[in-house]
Amino acid sequence: MSNYPLLSLAIWVPIVAGGIVLLTGGDRNAPMARMLALVGAVLGFLVTLPLWTGFDVSQGAMQFVELHSWIPRFNIHYHLGVDGISMLFVILNAFITIIVVAAGWEVIQEKVAQYMAAFLIMSGLMNGIFTALDGILFYVFFEASLIPLYLIIGVWGGVRRVYAAFKFFLYTLFGSLLFLIAQMYLFFQSGGSFSILDWHQLPLGMAPQIGVFLAFLVAFAVKVPMWPVHTWLPDAHVEAPTGGSIVLAAIALKLGAYGFLRFSLPIAPDASHELSGLVIALSLIAVVYIGFVALVQEDMKKLVAYSSIAHMGFVTLGFFMFSSLGIEGALVQMVSHGFVSGAMFFSIGVMYDRVHSRQIADYGGVVHTMPKFAALFMLFSMANAGLPATSGFVGEFMVILGAVKFNFWVAFAAATSLILGAAYTLWMYKRVIFGEVANHHVAELSDINGREFAILAVLALCTLWMGLYPQVFTDFMHASVNDLLRHVAISKIQ
Amino acid sequence: MFDNFVVPDLLPAASEIFLAAMLLVILMVDLFVKDSRRTPTFLLTQLTLLGCAAIQVYTSTADITYTFSNMFVDDMMADLLKLFVYMTMIVVLFYSRGYLFDRPTMNKGEYYVLALTATLGMMVMISANNFVTIYVGLELLSLSLYGMVAMNRDSVASTEAAMKYFILGALASGMLLYGMSMIYGGTGTLEITKIAETLYNAESNRTVLVFGLVFLVAGLAFKLGVVPFHMWVPDVYHGAPTTVTLLIGSAPKLAAFAIVMRLLVGGLITLAADWQDMLIVLSVLSMAVGNLAAIAQTSLKRMLAYSAISHMGFMLLGIVTGVVSGDARYALNAYSSSMFYVISYVLMSAGTFGVVLLMARAGFEADNLDDYKGLNKRSPWFAAIMMMLMFSMAGVPFFIGFFAKFSVLQAVVAADYLWLAIVAILFSLIGAFYYLRVVKLMYFDAPADETPIAAGLDMRLLISVNGLAVAVLGVFPQVLMSLCAYALLRSL
Repeated sequence: MSNYPLLSLAIWVPIVAGGIVLLTGGDRNAPMARMLALVGAVLGFLVTLPLWTGFDVSQGAMQFVELHSWIPRFNIHYHLGVDGISMLFVILNAFITIIVVAAGWEVIQEKVAQYMAAFLIMSGLMNGIFTALDGILFYVFFEASLIPLYLIIGVWGGVRRVYAAFKFFLYTLFGSLLFLIAQMYLFFQSGGSFSILDWHQLPLGMAPQIGVFLAFLVAFAVKVPMWPVHTWLPDAHVEAPTGGSIVLAAIALKLGAYGFLRFSLPIAPDASHELSGLVIALSLIAVVYIGFVALVQEDMKKLVAYSSIAHMGFVTLGFFMFSSLGIEGALVQMVSHGFVSGAMFFSIGVMYDRVHSRQIADYGGVVHTMPKFAALFMLFSMANAGLPATSGFVGEFMVILGAVKFNFWVAFAAATSLILGAAYTLWMYKRVIFGEVANHHVAELSDINGREFAILAVLALCTLWMGLYPQVFTDFMHASVNDLLRHVAISKIQ
Repeated sequence: MFDNFVVPDLLPAASEIFLAAMLLVILMVDLFVKDSRRTPTFLLTQLTLLGCAAIQVYTSTADITYTFSNMFVDDMMADLLKLFVYMTMIVVLFYSRGYLFDRPTMNKGEYYVLALTATLGMMVMISANNFVTIYVGLELLSLSLYGMVAMNRDSVASTEAAMKYFILGALASGMLLYGMSMIYGGTGTLEITKIAETLYNAESNRTVLVFGLVFLVAGLAFKLGVVPFHMWVPDVYHGAPTTVTLLIGSAPKLAAFAIVMRLLVGGLITLAADWQDMLIVLSVLSMAVGNLAAIAQTSLKRMLAYSAISHMGFMLLGIVTGVVSGDARYALNAYSSSMFYVISYVLMSAGTFGVVLLMARAGFEADNLDDYKGLNKRSPWFAAIMMMLMFSMAGVPFFIGFFAKFSVLQAVVAADYLWLAIVAILFSLIGAFYYLRVVKLMYFDAPADETPIAAGLDMRLLISVNGLAVAVLGVFPQVLMSLCAYALLRSL
């Protein structure tokens, strides 16, 4: 294992790169801003690769740990580390950042430097969330990452961007503030420690556990988002620029789910068991009800946004069955959803850039004018619907398998998503891509250019890789997930 | 006859004496200044403040020293707060300069002299160990400020604000005095440390004391500007010339914090259970009214006034949670968190009004929210600075405002006032809305006015430093936090 502070690099390289990009100033230097941003994103990705190669899969504990005192007054540390649960997300995040920079290459013509910088800084902050092992450090990154996304939606967004940006910010802030109170409570209960790992070992009675669990639940449920606090997501997705939607779906939604594994389950295991019924019910509502909601959407972005909520329902469902199949399936689903939803939003962006509409009704017969695009979009639609051999299948299948062991009816309800997912995605695909050429806009479409093709092709490879050979990914998770399950099985009530 | 006369120890009050002397010098010198920009006066004023800071640092000791027959106290808390007062005043006067150039009726020597007398008032308040000293300091500050608010004498709004400020301020002083006399009646002394001793040792008439306490707290609440004694705040903030608003909204908060500490914690700690309940009411009301009313404002200055009300309410939370059912275990933690909060607030408030002054020019006040539309297009750098200040005020990390809120909240949670923490947090959520709206105006909207920003280099530099300080202290808050804790540890 190398001695370089790899995790710090993963956090600060993109942030510093973002600062440098900002220095290029106005749009006169836009080409330079783009180049610098790409260099920054690639560098940010490269520094995360040693995490993959140097990761010890036999170990469930934290690796690449960095520990420095930050604010001794409150015993707050700059404490970083990754385990099998978080490692993949750091890499995924760095990878998606490259995609996002490339996705905005020609599309964004205004305030280019600020656009690129916002994404780079956000990428660094989100790496901070995935790697923080100190509660306050986590919280600080968690909240700070709202600022860039708020600006991204508000500055480069669509018509109702102001509404969407405010809704996004205030919703998430509301959730995270209660989370902060819970952290302070744990700080005093643990005799003055903000270390997440200390909290894992902290004995707690049932009542405080439930209180803490509910505070966490509010914070993470808003972020995931779970039904019924999901309403900010469709608005944010629809109004955000393509890059914003990609990051939001591919990474930002994972933060909430990750929080469940890092905070809720290990800190309040008894409450997690006690209230698992609640979370499972909410998850199933997300899977089934939101699946139906997706079916009737007329806006493509909204449709994919709702399908994201449904997919994330699978994730939370997988977590709260307390089986390694469920949790690993959920984690695979999270990574897969990062590729697939990112690609879906990018594809919609490709069409939007040309036609300036996201309404399904404005399309039809795109296959005649954009055959290459149609082929790739097909793959992602299939993956979104959970077709075997794509990454979308693996996660859902594992979670459903886990659910069968847990309770047949839960599994039954969850499995309807395979039908619903196929219905809403493929029906949208059919209406948009097939059929007669709908209007002159579609007739004038030009197929994807080299940049767009490269982005989609890379994402397609990832989707197939993960669909065909998921073991590469699950190997990283085994040890940590098993440790977590062992930990959760032990009651903390004394 | 002179047997009893002892020459008092002047050293603890060296900076006050220096300031008072220089004040008179500046008053004289200004008569001979021909420069319409008042540069010599300005420089001399700034040098005086720097000199005060130097003397303060030089004479600072870790002990508590009393002088002038125990009317005056010099401890670490006083040293630290005074240093921040000097720093704030230096920055305030720097920010004010360009604004005053554009408004010659205000750019008089008196402006600087009054700023210094106000500073002296704050210093006396901070170091007071006697009801009379507190009152003298408070009046010195208030009278200077009344004059400064009315400085722009042709403006109806300013004159009205000055009248309001004066009348309500006089009323508040009256209440304070009435409360003080009641406490005097109950304890037989005006000296704060003696009051604490008397209350601790002997049975006193609680009815009289609590009765006096009510008036005392009401008077303090007036000076802090917390609900329901806040009526003057929006009008004065709005009506006063922006430079004076900047002054009122920054350094005096430090002095107000000091007298709250001296009177309630230093003198009347045995009555903590009583005044804490009062402060909880004031604090919750302030957060509610301040944050809700700020949403409805169209004037940035008025919005900041309501924001000041809510911030002072939040700050009081730390003072409320020092003693929990007779247990003072967390007192230091709680009071130092309040001190950290108030210092952070002053830093943010100075920066925000600094941006208002930066945007202002002759005949244009830049005090409407709509004046900030599209600032990102006009000046990305200052839009970024203002954005940092706004997020900091909203309590979003990585800015100092987050750690200010954090440290107060943890004190509240430590004292087991979970409900109070949740109330505070819900109101800060509401508060986030109007700070976000400023960011929205700057970043999401198109500019309505393309005039380039005309401020000088020194101003630009100082605002940049101020804005960056909010960010840097937000990443490394430890030094300031432990300074506050150390100062209070040495003083309580």
